[in-house]
Amino acid sequence: MLSINQYIRAKSLDEAYELCQKKSTAVLGGMLWLKMQRRTVGTAVDLCDLGLDRIEETETAYRIGAMVPLRALETHEGLNALTRGAAADSVRHIVGVQFRNCATVGGSLYGRFGFSDVLTLFLALGATVELHRAGELALADFLALPRTTRDILVRVTVPKAPVKAVYLSQRNASTDFPVLTCALCAREGAYTCAVGARPMPAAAFGDEKGLLANGITEESARAFADDIASRCAFGGNRRAGADYRREICKVLVRRAALALEEG
Amino acid sequence: MEIKLTLNGKPLAASVRADTLLLDFVREHGCRSVKRGCETANCGLCTVLLDGTPVLSCSVLAARADGRAVQTLEGLQDEAADFVGFIADQGAEQCGFCNPGFVMNTIALLRENPDPTDDEIRAYLAGNLCRCSGYEGQLRGIRAYLDRKKEG
Repeated sequence: MLSINQYIRAKSLDEAYELCQKKSTAVLGGMLWLKMQRRTVGTAVDLCDLGLDRIEETETAYRIGAMVPLRALETHEGLNALTRGAAADSVRHIVGVQFRNCATVGGSLYGRFGFSDVLTLFLALGATVELHRAGELALADFLALPRTTRDILVRVTVPKAPVKAVYLSQRNASTDFPVLTCALCAREGAYTCAVGARPMPAAAFGDEKGLLANGITEESARAFADDIASRCAFGGNRRAGADYRREICKVLVRRAALALEEG
Repeated sequence: MEIKLTLNGKPLAASVRADTLLLDFVREHGCRSVKRGCETANCGLCTVLLDGTPVLSCSVLAARADGRAVQTLEGLQDEAADFVGFIADQGAEQCGFCNPGFVMNTIALLRENPDPTDDEIRAYLAGNLCRCSGYEGQLRGIRAYLDRKKEG
């Protein structure tokens, strides 16, 4: 059971940052995962008054605040036009609408959860994250930071450069955690494939061998998928074993490549 | 800590602990339609509207509702009355435990999308679990209500 001694609505990011330097402090996202834990939180810091619940469009990017609910990714017209619906596809299997109205982008990314659907998509999209103190860094670099890092995730930025994107996931049951997630993006002729729920957090791969360089066909898609599966590390948990995930990876990446071509 | 919010249209000031859940808060204030179910944010029994948006009150701190408007089925009887009879006509209410959550989320669905397809209804209500009916009864009931409304 979660116990909280003190609740504070931060009035500024500076205040939130100072408060979160204490180990007993927790910054609240959607609280869905936090609430499942047996722990005592000294101070719960809420960012809900800091205007981070909006998706801002600039000339070059979509800037998604840390407190934006996952449901907003599903319904945002601009983001879904850019990603050809991949933003909506990445969240629509997550439990239900009420859950997605609670869960936040910041919570899903900052936790670096292996099962995070949105982490997989944003990684493939080449997103950056803005940390209050550390500044802006590539999402992949953020994933490599030690988990002891105590900073505030302010927003994630998705470049608006034209992109073709496909998001697929495999679940044992609808609305369950994913067994495997896969996002494939093509931007200016370069392909980025992210595979998550391995069950480790998502990792991104390019097409360094040029397997898709001459176009996407059934054969090239299969070769690309086999290559990704061979480079990707997998593990087992209660939902699936490593070997099963590797086979699923081949299927999802191949399907994603073919869907990218069709789309 | 002190919070002020609007519960079913009525201003309310109360003292809560930092970790009081909105679910417990609204039940303590007489809104017993809001049920404690799975407590893992999966079943939808505890659905309330927070500033008009359906959320799981088992995962929202009462403190987070400070300054906001909370609605439960107790405050939405008229809006619910439009369609719950159609669900009952299909025998879909069965044991009744999940009904308030279903009704709350259906209200949110119909406000957001007054003319949903069957797939859109299924997708919107995917976060409401029912262990009696198999969901087809609820779908038939909502569909019957929408069809009747179209016929005028």
